Amino acid sequence: MRVGFFVTCLVDLMRPSVGFAAISLLEAGGAEVFVPPSQTCCGQPAYNSGDRADAIALARKVVAEFDGCDYLVAPSGSCSGMIRTHYAELFAGDAAMSARVAALAARTHELTDFLVNVLRIETIPGRFAGKVTYHDCCAGLREMGVKTQPRTLLAQMPGLELTEMADCETCCGFGGTFALKFGEISSRMADNKCRNVQASGAAAVVLGDLGCILNIEGRLRRTGDTQTRVLHVAEVLAGMTTPTLSS
Amino acid sequence: MQVASMHFKARVHDDLHNAQLQANLRKFQGKFVPLRRNALVELDDFEGTREAARAIRQHTLDELDTWLALFEENAQARGATVLWAETPADVNRLVLDIAARHGVRKIIKSKSMVSEESALDHAIEAAGLTVVETDLGEYILQINDYEPPSHIIGPALHKSKDEVAALFHAKHGTAQKDDIQELVLEARGVLREHYLTADMGISGGNFFVAETGSVVLVTNEGNATLATTLPKVHVAISGIEKIVPTLEDVATLMRLLPRSATGQSISNYVDVLTGTKGHGEVHGAEHMYFILVDAGRSAVLASDVREALRCIRCGACMNHCPVYQNIGGHAYGWVYPGPIGSILTPMYVGLENALDLPQASTLCNQCGVVCPVKIPLPDLQRKLREQQFARGMRPWTERAGLRLWAWFARRPALYAAATRLGVRALRGLAGKNGMITRLPFGGGWTQYRDMPAPAGRTFRELYRQRAQRQASP
Repeated sequence: MRVGFFVTCLVDLMRPSVGFAAISLLEAGGAEVFVPPSQTCCGQPAYNSGDRADAIALARKVVAEFDGCDYLVAPSGSCSGMIRTHYAELFAGDAAMSARVAALAARTHELTDFLVNVLRIETIPGRFAGKVTYHDCCAGLREMGVKTQPRTLLAQMPGLELTEMADCETCCGFGGTFALKFGEISSRMADNKCRNVQASGAAAVVLGDLGCILNIEGRLRRTGDTQTRVLHVAEVLAGMTTPTLSS
Repeated sequence: MQVASMHFKARVHDDLHNAQLQANLRKFQGKFVPLRRNALVELDDFEGTREAARAIRQHTLDELDTWLALFEENAQARGATVLWAETPADVNRLVLDIAARHGVRKIIKSKSMVSEESALDHAIEAAGLTVVETDLGEYILQINDYEPPSHIIGPALHKSKDEVAALFHAKHGTAQKDDIQELVLEARGVLREHYLTADMGISGGNFFVAETGSVVLVTNEGNATLATTLPKVHVAISGIEKIVPTLEDVATLMRLLPRSATGQSISNYVDVLTGTKGHGEVHGAEHMYFILVDAGRSAVLASDVREALRCIRCGACMNHCPVYQNIGGHAYGWVYPGPIGSILTPMYVGLENALDLPQASTLCNQCGVVCPVKIPLPDLQRKLREQQFARGMRPWTERAGLRLWAWFARRPALYAAATRLGVRALRGLAGKNGMITRLPFGGGWTQYRDMPAPAGRTFRELYRQRAQRQASP
């Protein structure tokens, strides 16, 4: 089984450890991982900013890069959601591309969904001691149906205690360029999220999208919380949870 | 209504720092969301009902001209007069014409958001007539010098009980109350007199039923029943998109409307009003008028955001919107706030007058999943963003930044080189704790939060190095 790994631009730039953690999980589940070297971005920033031409150009690039893979897996509900639920609309009226996009969409998965429902991974390689809470990132939850998958995996880790926070499905306020354009609303939404994380008593909030990680961690640190850790679910499952500043 | 949507950001800043408003919003947030959730449990098949509701609304819109003509025919057959308003100004003119024809001096109104679009109350008062709002929320706003509504079903829910008590004390000259029931009774006492002395009642219309020529009103206070049956003239005003083919269709939609709106299985009152008072009937208006309002709706129907016209005005999208929950409804600057307002306002008042609204969303799609008629609200917001981008309505810095980024992202080798430099430069900006506190061109981010610094090497660099190591032991 040849699994095309879509790194995502944010993991590539900001936190490569998430990419390596994801690859180790896929390999632990028996997948042969292929990383198309020319990949950059799924095009979502352009798409959500109304720049269709660039979104289409980048979507074509992704479709071509993953044509030969049995699956496309991304450590992100947002980027996999872009590919699986939004590419089709970009090529409406283009029969040839529509067919390729539909075929790619059908084999595109968010990481934890792929581990649970396709690889049916049985042994979680990572170790984690302590209480964590899970934040449901919007696109993962509402576009990719990611809800039970990460919890199922985390629950198998001895030493890890999963506790639910209030409003775990409420947006953290990231929203891509929204966080820059409407920083004041965005940070208020992040405040609500931080408060719920803290009230849960968890030592770490675990989630599946790097954009939300940057937003939540950035707001926690700015408001003086140096303790609560903000971890990608792949890092936890792979046992690669080194503190970010030394990663 | 005056459009204030261009002041969105300034208003947001004020509202986020208004402690009273924030306290009121927190109360609101804890109310409608769980009520809706509990009410939906009663439905055997929520998704199936939702799909049926979507289909009813969409196929009606697809043949709207046919259904409107049928409605007109059936309403006229029952003695009502059907009038058409192409613009908001036409609404006001038609209402004043009707008032003049019947010698009307006092008008009572039950809630109508469509009449807010044309600021009907101001036009009535300017013509020297009296108008009294009878929906409690609308009444509160009216006596507070026509404060704008902040929510489509709870126009005054940005106000606390104490604020309302102080307002009643000041405006009615009564002793200040501190009990909601007493406040309601006080308003009721004031309004009762007006019901009995008004010459004309104006209502909105939740649905216009084509097969019967009826208007359906969904309310909780009973004011609509009084306002539409006691005066000799009843005028029902609503948008042309509110047509529903049959009463059977209304029944389907009514399974979702109150549940989605207030979490009620059924609203306290559902009025189905058909025609004028007949022989032997005790209640009802002697003269009945329908004003069907276009005011931008046919343009929406012809646009790529036409699905927004399926809206049945339940308010669930705003109740569940994390942006609305934090800022309230006033910042949106016009009649319809929240996610649906972010589509309708730019379409009805001009995209150039509401530049921020299609952008003021994280596209989290909480609105889309609760919408009882499955309006893909984030997709429609994105459609408006595409229009803004195509028409050059975004700041040049944003367009240039996007173009530059996309130019690199389409050229993998150059992108790799640029990002190698970029992550090193950003790494250099980080403090000892690994956080960047000031980002060039990223003030919108770092004014409010830190930016966790990048690791300093891109994944692609590290992955290539790893592959090389594995290849040469």
